[in-house]
Amino acid sequence: MSAQWLGWLVAFPALMSLLVAACGRWPNVRESVSVATAAVLFAGIALFIDPVTAGERPSLTLFEVLPGIGLTFTLEPLGLLFALVASGLWPLTTIYAAGYMRGNEEHAQTRFFVCFALAISAAIGIAFSGNLLTLFIFYEMLTLSTYPLVTHHGDVESRNGGRVYLGILLTTSIGFFLPAIIITYLITGTITFDDAGLFGDAGLGVLAVGALYALTIYGTGKAALMPFHRWLPAAMVAPTPVSALLHAVAVVKAGVFIVLKLTVYVFGVQFLADTGASELMMWVAAFTVLGASLIAMTRDNLKARLAYSTVSQLSYIVLGATMASSFGILGGGMHIAMHAFAKITLFFCAGAIYTATHRKYVSELDGLGYAMPITFTAFFIASVSLIGIPPMGGIWSKWYLMEGAADSGHIAIIMVLALSSLLNIVYLLEIPTRAFFHNPRPDTPRSWHEAPWACVIPLSITAAGCIVWFFYPLPLLKLLAPWAP
Amino acid sequence: MIEAFFAQMPALVIVLPLLAAPICVLLHRGGPSWFVYLLTTWACFGLAFLLFVQVKIGGPISYAMGGWAPPFGIELRLDALNTVVLLLVSGIAAISSVYAKASVAAEIASERAYLFYAALLLCFCGLAGITVTGDAFNLFVFLEISSLSSYALIAMGSKRRALLSAFQYLIMGTIGGTFLLIGIGFLYMMTGSLNMADIAARLPAVADTRTVEAGLAFIVVGTSLKFALFPVHVWLPNAYTYAPSSVSAFIAATATKVAVYALMRFLFTVFGAAYAFDQLPLGEVLLVLSVAAMLSGSMAAIFQTDVKRLLAWSSIAQIGYIVMGFALASTAGVTASVVHMVNHGLIKGALFMAVGAMFWRLRTISLNDIAGLGRQMPITSAAFVVAGLSLIGVPATGGFISKWVLLEAVMAPGHYWLAAAILVSSLMALIYIGRVVEALYFRERPEGHPAVGEAPVLMLAATWTLVLANIAVGLYSTPLVGAAERAARAVLGDGV
Amino acid sequence: MSLASIADNFFGLFNYWVVIVLMMIGFYTVISHDNLVKKLIGLNLFQTAVFVFYISMGKISGSTAPILMSGKGSEDVLYAHPLPHVLILTAIVVGVSTTALGLALVVRINEAYGSIEEDDVLEADFETQEEETEEEAERTARAEARQERESAQQDHDDGREEDEADDDRETRS
Repeated sequence: MSAQWLGWLVAFPALMSLLVAACGRWPNVRESVSVATAAVLFAGIALFIDPVTAGERPSLTLFEVLPGIGLTFTLEPLGLLFALVASGLWPLTTIYAAGYMRGNEEHAQTRFFVCFALAISAAIGIAFSGNLLTLFIFYEMLTLSTYPLVTHHGDVESRNGGRVYLGILLTTSIGFFLPAIIITYLITGTITFDDAGLFGDAGLGVLAVGALYALTIYGTGKAALMPFHRWLPAAMVAPTPVSALLHAVAVVKAGVFIVLKLTVYVFGVQFLADTGASELMMWVAAFTVLGASLIAMTRDNLKARLAYSTVSQLSYIVLGATMASSFGILGGGMHIAMHAFAKITLFFCAGAIYTATHRKYVSELDGLGYAMPITFTAFFIASVSLIGIPPMGGIWSKWYLMEGAADSGHIAIIMVLALSSLLNIVYLLEIPTRAFFHNPRPDTPRSWHEAPWACVIPLSITAAGCIVWFFYPLPLLKLLAPWAP
Repeated sequence: MIEAFFAQMPALVIVLPLLAAPICVLLHRGGPSWFVYLLTTWACFGLAFLLFVQVKIGGPISYAMGGWAPPFGIELRLDALNTVVLLLVSGIAAISSVYAKASVAAEIASERAYLFYAALLLCFCGLAGITVTGDAFNLFVFLEISSLSSYALIAMGSKRRALLSAFQYLIMGTIGGTFLLIGIGFLYMMTGSLNMADIAARLPAVADTRTVEAGLAFIVVGTSLKFALFPVHVWLPNAYTYAPSSVSAFIAATATKVAVYALMRFLFTVFGAAYAFDQLPLGEVLLVLSVAAMLSGSMAAIFQTDVKRLLAWSSIAQIGYIVMGFALASTAGVTASVVHMVNHGLIKGALFMAVGAMFWRLRTISLNDIAGLGRQMPITSAAFVVAGLSLIGVPATGGFISKWVLLEAVMAPGHYWLAAAILVSSLMALIYIGRVVEALYFRERPEGHPAVGEAPVLMLAATWTLVLANIAVGLYSTPLVGAAERAARAVLGDGV
Repeated sequence: MSLASIADNFFGLFNYWVVIVLMMIGFYTVISHDNLVKKLIGLNLFQTAVFVFYISMGKISGSTAPILMSGKGSEDVLYAHPLPHVLILTAIVVGVSTTALGLALVVRINEAYGSIEEDDVLEADFETQEEETEEEAERTARAEARQERESAQQDHDDGREEDEADDDRETRS
């Protein structure tokens, strides 16, 4: 595949968003265009799998944004993985969104799909970015294109949620990430990603690198590391397909993907391992894993609980990056895919439950399992995958993360991961348990049934995906071969 | 023929508007005057572009006014720095001339419109003159021409408060101008010359006298009054708030920049960076003031309910960025200053134009009045949002480029506290722009207000031209940053 | 320092002392007076001081007015430096225009406010401004309350806990 295509792949969803906007009057055409765009995008990115696994690094510089710093796209395995996950889950989300938006008679559906396409464009741009500036541009584009999605309802509540969302994401990115990029540029003279990292011969002390690393990781506010995680629950004011997009497809995945990418290509795993500069952030991530799990247990609102679960799961990936071991990168990379499939399923289920019953609290779900068996089964499968029990895919990423922790000599991190799994059981499995084993509440009508097919089919597919990854994780391993044993 | 034309270009930039102004008065009618204004500004824009290219290729141009050779006659001197400023001033003038027609028709009594255009042309003439002249006293005269016409323009605002604002501006501006005059007098006393290059050559011999130091102080304070550096900024918010929309857009985008340019010209070309910044602690003073300007201006902007006043306070903060850049007295710093001068011109021009378009519809511009306009004036509101993002410094906009080069310039010598101030001020910009955006999109139209439509096409076209210029700079900043760097090297004598 | 040198310093630089005194008087008038016309007069004094400064600068001890003389001994005549005088003619023109514009503004202010005392004018402005500010604040509060009410009635599929919403409603009522 020619590197020229990289630019087109990034631009494609953005260009198609114009067509989506033009088709606003005919919902069926509009959604068909969206799904077709998604499918073509996925196919286009999939064509790069073979060359990249063969070791090619297609690269394209479009033009210079600043003197000497171009808008550069370079495809490498981690970026390809993220791009595949994002573009692969996008068509499902689109189908689901079509069902959900119509089922709930939401307003401004065209704007919704246009922003969706723009967000994907930004996510692909992040995945393909070849230097820090390109990454930063698309990072902010992602924040801004998802803002209208988060504030979709346009009322006071969504305005407040939007304030927190934009406030935290822009504050961290402009306040921490931008200076981190410029400091990197001033120290090393380059911001182009490199397989060996950039700081190898800069002769910096542990403290300086550690501070810069902390600035970078906190600058990536989308990774939702405590204490900058508040935007994620705040963004729950959005309709559920948006939450699915935020949590599984684009936004938070972009955050942790950036953490992985910068750890590997800017700081260098070996360099971090040698200096131990990432240790501090590793403990912050460990704290976030446990802290967010504990908060999740106290939340009765289903979406809020899932949001805190995401905060916790994201820190798994940050842990993988910060433990500075190639097993950690492998586990973190795999967890991007595993968590994406599991969490998108959970959000699809939450949305399906809301569409069918307009219930949004865990305590209200008693006995609904018989009205909506497919949904709650899918919910169960995805929960088990997140917990990390066979035969679901989640086991693999947890496996490699633990191996990475052992490899880098952090036994306590293994304990954290194990403890977090237990907490996951408590707060996630409660939901299918209530649905299947509790008696329905008296005010539950018998006529309730599954949500529209456009909601149910995507969630069945993603749930099935969780199982498939257990038996067939080979493609992921192949893709992440540079860090595999 | 062509060559003769090229040779006369530096003078034409001043002469054209100067001649066009009385023509407007003679025409005595608004419509034709507007057309003269439009033609003149676009012609000057073309000239500025040709001069820019000529200087870029062939190096500095010196033009002897009236054939009197410098240093005795008045010299017009164009180098890498002032061609950029000239291009900005004439570009904004040209675009705002397209904008002016509908806006003026709505805000200025039709029987006085021709006078308005004449004053605008004089103001433009003054600004262009400050930019191209190489003579210290001539600079003062042009500064007063632009100031006097801008007092008159501001007084034409539709509220009666415009009058008092203009009067206060007149008092402050005249004191500033007179300070500058005193400073130039001191320099003349010591060197016996008014030509900037000539003064610069003679100054080192007498540099250690108190007279020269006093001259420097008077010039710094005088120009600071003109560009409203904290703490002598009090005239600016009222002046920008109550001026007619097209005047706010034009003056906010150009006048302060040109005054900053004048100070840079004095500090770097006349006094020399070594004298002003190494021998005297001017850099430290200006850095502290610029930080104070950034933080106080942004903070005040957050609490405004009038959108024009909000933008005016934000201008005070943005002046801080520009001053901070050249106060570092490094190539990177001056580059950042010039880049932000241009970008801020584009940003503020676009913002004031968008706000002016709303004012055109509503006749009032408080946050409550524009509430919910996002749906009724979507094109104008979108322009405000994009320009606002540029002000905050979101990537892929011009504001980001400014922030990048400025942060690079302050962090390279290790001034991390300045970097922190820049970032804090940017985040404050997020808050005040966010307040306007929330009012536009998240609130209902106020009760009892009829639905309104979009602004006229010409206003929108002008606004969006500036907005798109912002994005273009944000995506492909190499020409701008390159030009700014050439300018910085030229004024710092750092190898042209 | 001997008395003679002090005297010499004073009288030798007499013009400059006058300039400083005149300038300060003018500056003080601008700052201290309420009356807008008096402010302008102060501004004029301030500018005049600078004119005197420039003119003094051109004086050379023992020189005569710079009018070219002819005839016997004209080669030895010492002329005052004419250039500052010429410069200051320009500055005087600027000053006159400023004064004219300022007075025109004062007339307009008088028409609009019925007073040329800055205090009165500011007071009139403050009154209207305060009213406006209060009105704006009230309108903001009303609009917010209206929207809160509306959005509280809708039930969205969001991450908000219901009991919080209940609390909100209670505090509002």
